[in-house]
Amino acid sequence: MDRLTIIQLSKDIPCERGSLIPLLQRIQQSEGYISAESVRELARLLKISENHIYGVASFYSQFRFHKPGRNKLKVCLGTACHVQGGELLAKEVEKQLGIQSGETTPDGNIEYEEVACLGCCAQAAVVEINGLIYARMTSEKLAKKINELRLHATPVMETDESEDGFIQTVGQDAS
Amino acid sequence: MQRFNQLRQNALENWEKIMHGDLPIIYLGTASCGRAAGALKTLAAIRETLQELKQPAHIIQVGCIGPCYLEPLMDIQLPGTPRISYSKVTPEKARKIIQAAILENDLSPRLAVGHFGDEEFSRQSGIGRFFDLPMLKPQVRVILRNCGFIDPENLDHYLAHDGYLGFARALEKTPLGVIEEVKESGLRGRGGAGFPTYKKWEICRTAEGDHKYVICNADEGDPGAFMNRSLIEGDPHAVLEGMLIAGFAIGADQGYVYVRAEYPLAVVRLRNAIEQMRQVGLLGEDILGSGFHFDIQVKEGAGAFVCGEETAMIASLEGERGMPRPRPPFPAEKGLNGRPTLINNTETFGILPNVLRNGGKWFSQLGSPGNAGTKTFSLVGKARHTGLIEVPLGMTLRQIVFDVGGGTIKPFKAVQTGGPLGGCLSATHLDTPVDYENMRASGSIMGSGGLIVVDEDTCIVDLARYFLTFSESESCGKCTPCRIGTRILLETLEKIARGEGEDEDLDVLYRVADTMQRTALCGAGQTAPNPVLTTLKYFMNEYQTHIHGRYCPAGVCTALFEYRIIPEKCTGCGRCAQVCTSGAVQGVKKEPYIIDVDKCIKCRACYEACKFDAIVPVPVSHPIGAEVRV
Repeated sequence: MDRLTIIQLSKDIPCERGSLIPLLQRIQQSEGYISAESVRELARLLKISENHIYGVASFYSQFRFHKPGRNKLKVCLGTACHVQGGELLAKEVEKQLGIQSGETTPDGNIEYEEVACLGCCAQAAVVEINGLIYARMTSEKLAKKINELRLHATPVMETDESEDGFIQTVGQDAS
Repeated sequence: MQRFNQLRQNALENWEKIMHGDLPIIYLGTASCGRAAGALKTLAAIRETLQELKQPAHIIQVGCIGPCYLEPLMDIQLPGTPRISYSKVTPEKARKIIQAAILENDLSPRLAVGHFGDEEFSRQSGIGRFFDLPMLKPQVRVILRNCGFIDPENLDHYLAHDGYLGFARALEKTPLGVIEEVKESGLRGRGGAGFPTYKKWEICRTAEGDHKYVICNADEGDPGAFMNRSLIEGDPHAVLEGMLIAGFAIGADQGYVYVRAEYPLAVVRLRNAIEQMRQVGLLGEDILGSGFHFDIQVKEGAGAFVCGEETAMIASLEGERGMPRPRPPFPAEKGLNGRPTLINNTETFGILPNVLRNGGKWFSQLGSPGNAGTKTFSLVGKARHTGLIEVPLGMTLRQIVFDVGGGTIKPFKAVQTGGPLGGCLSATHLDTPVDYENMRASGSIMGSGGLIVVDEDTCIVDLARYFLTFSESESCGKCTPCRIGTRILLETLEKIARGEGEDEDLDVLYRVADTMQRTALCGAGQTAPNPVLTTLKYFMNEYQTHIHGRYCPAGVCTALFEYRIIPEKCTGCGRCAQVCTSGAVQGVKKEPYIIDVDKCIKCRACYEACKFDAIVPVPVSHPIGAEVRV
């Protein structure tokens, strides 16, 4: 992503060193990850070194430095989920897809990450697929979901379409 | 101020129109918990059904009312009838209930979980009161008073429920007067340390600086805790109002809510709420004509647990790696950008409007001496009734786990409090009152409020290992005691879990834990050993069994057990074989099944599927004929 695009995307963020994290978040939101080009351009924009940017970005687990998969699968390993079988779900992913946390399947279809807590503890164990949360998961249910992702090869989203045709993942619709 | 009163008036009128109008009202919990349980599908079904019936109605999407284990929760309020709550409402169920209610005036009492009316209605309808449910009855809902009752994206709803009245009251006092009120309330920071809130405010108020900041710590990183998320998703204005009150009291002009990026719905609702505040003049210059200027911005975290620590959070806000800094100076004196910065927890802010509205004295009378007020907890794990609860400080663990939580199905083993930096308490501690001092005395901490209940299927050694995996991974790496200490603690626990433990390993654990407690740079490193120390103290037997018995009685540490089927208990139903994905369970219907230990991957599927307790974890190479859980 070049400098101009970065500026376009972040008109509401002051262009200064202190805004490094929100700017990186904006870039990742748009590109899906932080590319080497983006770091170079951002360094020029903020007049700081690329080194510094990597130093900050690599500290935070949110930032990716590789192109993401088409589908994002996250297994929650928070305490409540751990107690309700979270690790077994993680094992199931490994079994089905042969990848570890932080990796993407060779065909670029599914990207997998183990996360610390999605905040739905009372419905443990929980997984998140493409931004939607699925609760009370078992290895069986997860295997089914993974198959769905495999077969469709394009993101499978559970849609909630209101009269306005809104596909809702997060946030209320207008009604 | 006049304009504000006008707004309140309008809001109240609109609310009354809805509540006492002639359209049915349908409430649906669509915070993250509800969504995880499928509430959005239910919402679609509700809309469809209403359209089919050509019945206009008000649909109010609300936040979390507490009993998450019952989600999706849908409530119906027909004109002239109290609101009635239904649980586990799938799209099918929603259709049935709505049709019955609209077409036949049938309230489906057998599907109802409780109503919000009076005793008389209980008698008439045969439905109990919602707040008389065993899980809800002991609770005192102050902080969560609006969650489940208002639409968090509608400012009018908040205004109609005394919203921003606390702030208006604050403006009628002087800043010092506000601090006095907070002092009288006895409010202690709800982030976990329990520092007297008024003291922090005083320090910040008197500190020198051209600008002062208020930061809301919404970085709730404890796995197993979701109280802050629920409050923000269900009643964001309560938190923002608290920030206004604090800003006024200390003389700040800028506020930030530092919220985890992992809470996208909360982020959206906060931004929404802040925009609403700006539009009606509750943020900006000369708020409500008081001469007080204040603005609030949302800043998202980027996935670092340590940024919940004040100085690390400040570093993060300055665009740096989120690493703690030595104190003094404390943030209240020199914080963000070198200026006086007040950092309080989300919940602390959420409490403030209530204190200003009802008075400090009122708040001080809730809870117990020295521990005023109520606290929210996330009661999760193996409790029967899991969810978001709010109880007065001083209630015992037993009351919380067994009265509110409904106890456990299998035998209770421990309750973990305070997140990964807290401790595991055994059954002998059940009568400990939950307050700051008592929790600390037992070796744990109150923390932000996660309460994780575990039963005999949870291995305590594995639980300690689990917490250290978290702490080691989240260690910022700046100071040696934590960076190296967490690694040593983790490796030692892993060694024990693998079946290679020795007595010397326990010495290592104690020594390293002690060093970390005394020398780590920040609270995270100082308390990371807590899970280890408390489990060693209260569950030494289990460590010994792992080390000397080479056995994991809970059936978790895979190297230290095998699954065996007890022939006498097995009915040959074959359920275990059905769920086995590795072909290890073999047998013929109506005859006892057998597990081929070489094929078994110990995934637990059979153990959980068996309804006859016929499958047990036994020590490796345990003699046949002695199939008993040791």
